[in-house]
Amino acid sequence: MGDRRLVVLAFVGGLLFAAGLLISGMTQPARVLAFLDLGGDWDPSLLLVMGGAWGVHAVAWQVLRRRARAWCGAPAPAMPKPVFDARLFGGAALFGVGWGLAGACPGPALLNVASPGGLLFVAAMMVGIALSRLVAKTPALEEAETSEIPAR
Amino acid sequence: MNNVLLPLAGGATLGLGAALVLLATGTCAGVSGQLDRVTEPGAPAWRWAFVLGLLSGGLLARSLAPELVPGLTTGPGVLVAAGLLVGFGARVGGGCTSGHGFIGTSRFSPRSILATLTFMATGFATVALARVLHG
Repeated sequence: MGDRRLVVLAFVGGLLFAAGLLISGMTQPARVLAFLDLGGDWDPSLLLVMGGAWGVHAVAWQVLRRRARAWCGAPAPAMPKPVFDARLFGGAALFGVGWGLAGACPGPALLNVASPGGLLFVAAMMVGIALSRLVAKTPALEEAETSEIPAR
Repeated sequence: MNNVLLPLAGGATLGLGAALVLLATGTCAGVSGQLDRVTEPGAPAWRWAFVLGLLSGGLLARSLAPELVPGLTTGPGVLVAAGLLVGFGARVGGGCTSGHGFIGTSRFSPRSILATLTFMATGFATVALARVLHG
Protein backbone atom coordinates (compact mmCIF):
# COMPACT_ATOMS: atom_id res chain seq x y z
CA MET A 1 0.00 0.00 0.00
CA GLY A 2 1.39 3.38 -0.98
CA ASP A 3 2.29 5.97 1.62
CA ARG A 4 -0.32 8.35 0.27
CA ARG A 5 -3.14 5.84 0.64
CA LEU A 6 -2.02 5.11 4.18
CA VAL A 7 -1.96 8.82 5.01
CA VAL A 8 -5.49 9.26 3.66
CA LEU A 9 -6.80 6.26 5.60
CA ALA A 10 -5.21 7.47 8.83
CA PHE A 11 -6.63 10.96 8.28
CA VAL A 12 -10.10 9.50 7.71
CA GLY A 13 -9.60 7.37 10.81
CA GLY A 14 -8.85 10.50 12.80
CA LEU A 15 -11.92 12.24 11.39
CA LEU A 16 -14.16 9.28 12.26
CA PHE A 17 -12.62 9.11 15.73
CA ALA A 18 -13.38 12.80 16.18
CA ALA A 19 -16.90 12.42 14.78
CA GLY A 20 -17.56 9.62 17.24
CA LEU A 21 -16.40 11.69 20.17
CA LEU A 22 -18.54 14.63 19.01
CA ILE A 23 -21.69 12.60 18.32
CA SER A 24 -21.46 10.82 21.64
CA GLY A 25 -21.09 14.03 23.62
CA MET A 26 -17.68 13.10 24.99
CA THR A 27 -16.22 16.40 23.88
CA GLN A 28 -18.39 18.18 26.46
CA PRO A 29 -16.63 17.95 29.85
CA ALA A 30 -19.93 18.47 31.69
CA ARG A 31 -21.24 15.19 30.26
CA VAL A 32 -18.09 13.31 31.19
CA LEU A 33 -18.20 14.75 34.71
CA ALA A 34 -21.86 13.76 34.96
CA PHE A 35 -20.73 10.18 34.34
CA LEU A 36 -17.96 10.44 36.93
CA ASP A 37 -20.34 12.02 39.44
CA LEU A 38 -21.79 8.91 41.06
CA GLY A 39 -23.27 10.94 43.88
CA GLY A 40 -25.09 13.36 41.64
CA ASP A 41 -27.45 13.10 38.68
CA TRP A 42 -25.57 10.12 37.27
CA ASP A 43 -25.33 9.95 33.46
CA PRO A 44 -24.29 6.40 32.43
CA SER A 45 -24.07 7.20 28.71
CA LEU A 46 -20.25 7.07 28.74
CA LEU A 47 -20.61 3.32 29.28
CA LEU A 48 -22.67 3.09 26.08
CA VAL A 49 -20.01 5.07 24.22
CA MET A 50 -17.31 2.73 25.49
CA GLY A 51 -19.50 -0.25 24.62
CA GLY A 52 -20.10 0.89 21.06
CA ALA A 53 -16.42 1.61 20.49
CA TRP A 54 -15.39 -1.64 22.16
CA GLY A 55 -17.68 -3.71 19.99
CA VAL A 56 -16.49 -2.31 16.68
CA HIS A 57 -12.81 -2.43 17.64
CA ALA A 58 -13.17 -5.97 18.99
CA VAL A 59 -14.39 -7.12 15.58
CA ALA A 60 -11.57 -5.29 13.82
CA TRP A 61 -9.01 -6.86 16.14
CA GLN A 62 -10.31 -10.36 15.49
CA VAL A 63 -10.14 -9.69 11.76
CA LEU A 64 -6.58 -8.40 12.01
CA ARG A 65 -5.48 -11.27 14.24
CA ARG A 66 -6.55 -13.74 11.59
CA ARG A 67 -4.98 -11.77 8.76
CA ALA A 68 -1.81 -11.37 10.85
CA ARG A 69 -0.84 -8.42 8.62
CA ALA A 70 -2.27 -4.95 8.36
CA TRP A 71 -3.18 -3.54 4.93
CA CYS A 72 0.17 -1.78 4.75
CA GLY A 73 1.95 -5.08 5.40
CA ALA A 74 2.96 -4.41 8.99
CA PRO A 75 2.45 -7.26 11.44
CA ALA A 76 -0.54 -7.14 13.76
CA PRO A 77 0.45 -5.37 16.98
CA ALA A 78 1.83 -7.61 19.69
CA MET A 79 0.01 -7.99 22.98
CA PRO A 80 1.85 -6.32 25.86
CA LYS A 81 3.44 -8.71 28.34
CA PRO A 82 1.14 -9.13 31.34
CA VAL A 83 3.23 -7.01 33.67
CA PHE A 84 1.26 -5.42 36.49
CA ASP A 85 3.54 -2.91 38.10
CA ALA A 86 3.49 0.43 39.87
CA ARG A 87 3.78 2.24 36.54
CA LEU A 88 0.59 0.65 35.23
CA PHE A 89 -1.47 1.26 38.36
CA GLY A 90 0.18 4.52 39.36
CA GLY A 91 -0.06 5.95 35.88
CA ALA A 92 -3.68 4.92 35.48
CA ALA A 93 -4.53 6.28 38.93
CA LEU A 94 -2.97 9.66 38.15
CA PHE A 95 -4.66 9.76 34.76
CA GLY A 96 -8.03 9.16 36.42
CA VAL A 97 -7.45 12.02 38.84
CA GLY A 98 -6.63 14.41 36.02
CA TRP A 99 -9.66 13.17 34.10
CA GLY A 100 -11.91 13.76 37.09
CA LEU A 101 -10.53 17.24 37.67
CA ALA A 102 -11.42 18.72 34.28
CA GLY A 103 -13.58 16.10 32.61
CA ALA A 104 -11.20 15.89 29.68
CA CYS A 105 -8.91 13.21 28.33
CA PRO A 106 -6.55 13.40 25.33
CA GLY A 107 -8.96 12.98 22.40
CA PRO A 108 -11.70 15.32 23.62
CA ALA A 109 -9.07 17.80 24.74
CA LEU A 110 -7.59 17.97 21.24
CA LEU A 111 -11.03 18.59 19.81
CA ASN A 112 -11.52 21.45 22.26
CA VAL A 113 -8.13 23.00 21.55
CA ALA A 114 -9.66 26.10 19.94
CA SER A 115 -12.31 26.49 22.66
CA PRO A 116 -11.93 28.25 26.03
CA GLY A 117 -9.38 26.54 28.25
CA GLY A 118 -8.55 24.00 25.53
CA LEU A 119 -5.13 25.24 24.56
CA LEU A 120 -3.96 25.52 28.17
CA PHE A 121 -5.07 21.98 28.94
CA VAL A 122 -3.52 20.53 25.78
CA ALA A 123 -0.26 22.37 26.41
CA ALA A 124 -0.12 21.05 29.97
CA MET A 125 -0.98 17.58 28.70
CA MET A 126 1.88 17.65 26.18
CA VAL A 127 4.23 18.75 28.98
CA GLY A 128 2.94 15.83 31.04
CA ILE A 129 3.62 13.48 28.15
CA ALA A 130 7.15 14.86 27.81
CA LEU A 131 7.73 14.45 31.56
CA SER A 132 6.59 10.84 31.36
CA ARG A 133 9.70 10.10 29.31
CA LEU A 134 11.75 10.67 32.45
CA VAL A 135 10.08 7.57 33.86
CA ALA A 136 11.42 4.39 32.29
CA LYS A 137 8.74 2.56 30.37
CA THR A 138 7.57 -0.75 31.70
CA PRO A 139 8.98 -3.66 29.65
CA ALA A 140 5.46 -4.62 28.60
CA LEU A 141 5.07 -1.31 26.84
CA GLU A 142 8.49 -1.39 25.19
CA GLU A 143 7.73 -4.70 23.60
CA ALA A 144 4.26 -3.79 22.44
CA GLU A 145 5.47 -0.57 20.92
CA THR A 146 8.29 -2.09 18.94
CA SER A 147 5.93 -3.75 16.52
CA GLU A 148 6.01 -0.98 13.95
CA ILE A 149 5.61 -0.58 10.24
CA PRO A 150 8.76 -1.83 8.50
CA ALA A 151 10.66 0.85 6.60
CA ARG A 152 9.85 0.82 2.90
CA MET B 1 -34.06 6.91 22.75
CA ASN B 2 -31.59 9.60 21.85
CA ASN B 3 -30.02 9.00 25.22
CA VAL B 4 -29.16 5.49 24.11
CA LEU B 5 -28.81 5.76 20.36
CA LEU B 6 -26.50 8.75 20.17
CA PRO B 7 -23.93 7.46 22.66
CA LEU B 8 -23.99 4.01 21.04
CA ALA B 9 -23.77 5.38 17.51
CA GLY B 10 -21.08 7.83 18.56
CA GLY B 11 -19.16 5.06 20.25
CA ALA B 12 -19.43 2.84 17.20
CA THR B 13 -18.13 5.68 15.00
CA LEU B 14 -15.27 6.24 17.42
CA GLY B 15 -14.49 2.53 17.28
CA LEU B 16 -14.66 2.60 13.50
CA GLY B 17 -12.03 5.34 13.36
CA ALA B 18 -9.71 3.37 15.61
CA ALA B 19 -10.49 0.19 13.67
CA LEU B 20 -9.52 1.84 10.40
CA VAL B 21 -6.16 2.86 11.83
CA LEU B 22 -5.67 -0.63 13.25
CA LEU B 23 -6.43 -2.45 10.02
CA ALA B 24 -4.52 -0.03 7.81
CA THR B 25 -1.39 0.61 9.88
CA GLY B 26 -1.31 -2.24 12.37
CA THR B 27 -1.28 0.20 15.26
CA CYS B 28 -3.53 0.69 18.27
CA ALA B 29 -4.86 4.23 17.90
CA GLY B 30 -4.78 5.20 21.55
CA VAL B 31 -4.66 8.99 21.50
CA SER B 32 -2.11 9.50 24.28
CA GLY B 33 0.24 7.06 22.56
CA GLN B 34 -0.17 8.65 19.16
CA LEU B 35 0.43 12.13 20.58
CA ASP B 36 3.51 10.85 22.36
CA ARG B 37 4.96 9.09 19.33
CA VAL B 38 4.07 11.71 16.74
CA THR B 39 6.93 13.88 18.01
CA GLU B 40 9.49 11.08 17.75
CA PRO B 41 12.15 11.41 15.07
CA GLY B 42 11.14 9.35 12.07
CA ALA B 43 7.46 9.35 12.94
CA PRO B 44 5.56 8.04 9.92
CA ALA B 45 3.42 10.49 7.96
CA TRP B 46 0.25 8.54 8.69
CA ARG B 47 0.63 9.31 12.39
CA TRP B 48 0.59 13.03 11.66
CA ALA B 49 -2.40 12.44 9.40
CA PHE B 50 -4.30 10.73 12.23
CA VAL B 51 -3.64 13.61 14.63
CA LEU B 52 -4.57 16.10 11.90
CA GLY B 53 -7.79 14.18 11.33
CA LEU B 54 -8.64 14.54 15.01
CA LEU B 55 -7.83 18.24 15.00
CA SER B 56 -9.76 18.82 11.79
CA GLY B 57 -12.82 17.17 13.31
CA GLY B 58 -12.57 19.51 16.25
CA LEU B 59 -12.13 22.61 14.13
CA LEU B 60 -15.07 21.63 11.91
CA ALA B 61 -17.19 21.20 15.01
CA ARG B 62 -16.06 24.57 16.29
CA SER B 63 -17.41 26.27 13.21
CA LEU B 64 -20.48 24.12 12.52
CA ALA B 65 -21.65 23.04 15.98
CA PRO B 66 -19.71 24.92 18.65
CA GLU B 67 -22.00 23.65 21.40
CA LEU B 68 -20.31 20.28 20.93
CA VAL B 69 -16.91 21.71 21.82
CA PRO B 70 -17.71 24.15 24.63
CA GLY B 71 -14.24 24.13 26.13
CA LEU B 72 -13.19 23.53 29.70
CA THR B 73 -14.63 25.62 32.49
CA THR B 74 -12.33 24.85 35.41
CA GLY B 75 -9.91 27.55 36.55
CA PRO B 76 -6.44 27.77 34.97
CA GLY B 77 -4.65 26.24 37.96
CA VAL B 78 -6.84 23.16 37.94
CA LEU B 79 -6.65 22.99 34.14
CA VAL B 80 -2.87 22.89 34.20
CA ALA B 81 -2.81 20.30 36.99
CA ALA B 82 -5.39 18.19 35.20
CA GLY B 83 -3.55 18.38 31.89
CA LEU B 84 -0.24 17.41 33.49
CA LEU B 85 -1.83 14.46 35.28
CA VAL B 86 -3.67 13.26 32.19
CA GLY B 87 -0.59 13.44 29.97
CA PHE B 88 1.86 12.05 32.49
CA GLY B 89 -0.45 9.40 33.91
CA ALA B 90 -1.61 8.15 30.52
CA ARG B 91 1.93 7.60 29.24
CA VAL B 92 3.35 6.12 32.40
CA GLY B 93 0.35 3.81 32.64
CA GLY B 94 0.54 2.98 28.97
CA GLY B 95 -2.77 4.34 27.75
CA CYS B 96 -5.87 6.43 28.31
CA THR B 97 -9.63 6.10 27.83
CA SER B 98 -9.06 5.10 24.21
CA GLY B 99 -5.79 3.17 24.42
CA HIS B 100 -6.71 1.14 27.48
CA GLY B 101 -10.40 1.98 27.80
CA PHE B 102 -11.80 0.51 24.61
CA ILE B 103 -8.87 -0.50 22.43
CA GLY B 104 -6.88 -2.52 24.94
CA THR B 105 -9.97 -4.06 26.49
CA SER B 106 -11.26 -5.02 23.03
CA ARG B 107 -8.10 -7.10 22.72
CA PHE B 108 -8.80 -8.59 26.14
CA SER B 109 -5.50 -7.25 27.43
CA PRO B 110 -5.44 -7.82 31.21
CA ARG B 111 -3.25 -4.71 31.60
CA SER B 112 -5.88 -2.59 29.90
CA ILE B 113 -8.75 -4.07 31.88
CA LEU B 114 -6.96 -3.35 35.16
CA ALA B 115 -5.80 0.10 34.07
CA THR B 116 -9.33 1.01 33.01
CA LEU B 117 -10.79 -0.12 36.32
CA THR B 118 -8.10 1.89 38.08
CA PHE B 119 -8.63 5.18 36.27
CA MET B 120 -12.39 4.82 36.51
CA ALA B 121 -12.03 4.39 40.26
CA THR B 122 -9.80 7.42 40.74
CA GLY B 123 -11.98 9.40 38.33
CA PHE B 124 -15.06 8.64 40.40
CA ALA B 125 -13.16 9.36 43.62
CA THR B 126 -11.85 12.69 42.36
CA VAL B 127 -15.29 13.95 41.44
CA ALA B 128 -16.72 12.66 44.72
CA LEU B 129 -13.99 14.45 46.66
CA ALA B 130 -14.61 17.64 44.72
CA ARG B 131 -18.26 17.35 45.63
CA VAL B 132 -17.44 16.99 49.31
CA LEU B 133 -15.02 19.91 49.22
CA HIS B 134 -17.04 22.28 47.08
CA GLY B 135 -20.59 21.00 47.35
